[in-house]
Amino acid sequence: MTSTMQANTRFFTFASPPRFYALAGKLIPWLWIATALLAYAGLYIGFFEAPTDATQGDAYRIIFIHVPAAWMSMLLYMVMAFWAAIGWAFNARLASMVARAIAPTGAMFTVIALWSGALWGKPTWGTWWVWDARLTSELILLFLYLGYMALVNAIDDIRRADQAGALLAVIGSVNVPIIYFSVKWWNTLHQGATISATAAPKMVATMLTAMLLMTLACWAYAFAVVFTRTRAIIAERERDAKWLSGVSP
Amino acid sequence: MTAPVFSAVLVRDLRLAARRRVDALLPLAFFAVAVSLFPLGVGPEPNTLRQIAPGVLWVCALLAAMLSVTQLYAGDQADGSLEQMLLAGGSALPVAFAKAVSHWLLTGLPLVLVAPLFGVMFDLSGRSIAALCGSLVLGTPILSLLGNLGAALTLGVRNGAVLLILLIVPLCIPALIFGSGAVSAVETGSSARGHFSLLGALFIATGLLAPLATAAALRIATE
Amino acid sequence: MTWGSAAEFFAMGGYGFYVWGSFGVAAACMLVEPLLVIRRHRAARSETGENS
Repeated sequence: MTSTMQANTRFFTFASPPRFYALAGKLIPWLWIATALLAYAGLYIGFFEAPTDATQGDAYRIIFIHVPAAWMSMLLYMVMAFWAAIGWAFNARLASMVARAIAPTGAMFTVIALWSGALWGKPTWGTWWVWDARLTSELILLFLYLGYMALVNAIDDIRRADQAGALLAVIGSVNVPIIYFSVKWWNTLHQGATISATAAPKMVATMLTAMLLMTLACWAYAFAVVFTRTRAIIAERERDAKWLSGVSP
Repeated sequence: MTAPVFSAVLVRDLRLAARRRVDALLPLAFFAVAVSLFPLGVGPEPNTLRQIAPGVLWVCALLAAMLSVTQLYAGDQADGSLEQMLLAGGSALPVAFAKAVSHWLLTGLPLVLVAPLFGVMFDLSGRSIAALCGSLVLGTPILSLLGNLGAALTLGVRNGAVLLILLIVPLCIPALIFGSGAVSAVETGSSARGHFSLLGALFIATGLLAPLATAAALRIATE
Repeated sequence: MTWGSAAEFFAMGGYGFYVWGSFGVAAACMLVEPLLVIRRHRAARSETGENS
């Protein structure tokens, strides 16, 4: 096993499910460790080194989870669309599996972003929900994730499901900037001089550091979970393959 | 090769619709009923109704378009003529385009014609009603094109109609925003030029890209 | 940033509900999701080779 791992690091080598399964299995524990360390560092700086904000008080500390979650939700959608497209274009099974594995985690980050956005809005702007550009776009992004998940699950034929999902994901990613722009337009028209409900306070260096560390922590988390889910999907699809019986979980 | 396929599919769809006139009118009936629900739910106060009218009319038009779009391919797939159509020509593009056009002629265009009546019911001014029709003329083709794409993606799938709405409605949101925004702008006395420009740009972009995506979806669904 | 006491830390200047509500839900999600995925993986592995 080790010689195979050392032998080649060519990109497409790991495009085979057995190799990915093995490699991911080794990486996942390290990814969890990275998540824990980064999250600890980020939260420590966010709660114990970043100062209290003059206008928003300590409520602003929600950004240390809200902003990373929002960034991850958008980033993961693009990554999902990318791998789905690769899977479709090159008939690469593993790429399609990775795309499917990403979707639930991306949707989860969207939910966290929306939930924390609402809890941030209430003390700062007075209402639980504000139809500002960022939150509304985030809500639509959630619908895009749910649509992708619903479509690939509704089609029984795996290959057709992967391809249709890839097409939908690519169309979605093209639409995300259009939707964001139109929602911004809509927002400024209807509310005049609107202050975005998710406006961050004036950023001090410690705040930025904490946000960056938390983002990296979410990244590592996403890798860990997506890799695990991909392994689960591989195990489900390759159920009858001989190589699977001999490999440790 | 493409033009004959396009016109053949289009003429066939229109002929089939002519034979089942009731089915063709259902989206309009839905539109009428759905629009009428809002005053009942919100209250008959003219100022309120005038304010919500652009959004209500646009949303109901959107839903009416989406509900009728699964019929585009269902019948053809059931009797195997869809596969025939795709086997015959080299590309699925003329089929996809013809389906979108036939849907617009059967659902979108009637909505444009009927909308002024409902605009009056909501006490919109004449200029607003003109803006409404203008925005629907540009918007309903966008809805037909996107709905067509959704129908191809969900071809033969369980709960296809509901799934389609979940998939396609988010993509229609820009058209909804600019379309109803145009009417609101005119109603409040400002210019709708920006809205119409953006709506026009969306129309062109969707017209160019959606049929390509639909053709790909048809290939995926029938392979 | 020095908190006077643990009580102050949890109060978050009066915004404790919102801050901990956000982080709490996020933490819950990020604990439940991996557990569900691991469970899914185990279930898939236990069915391996049943049909071969």
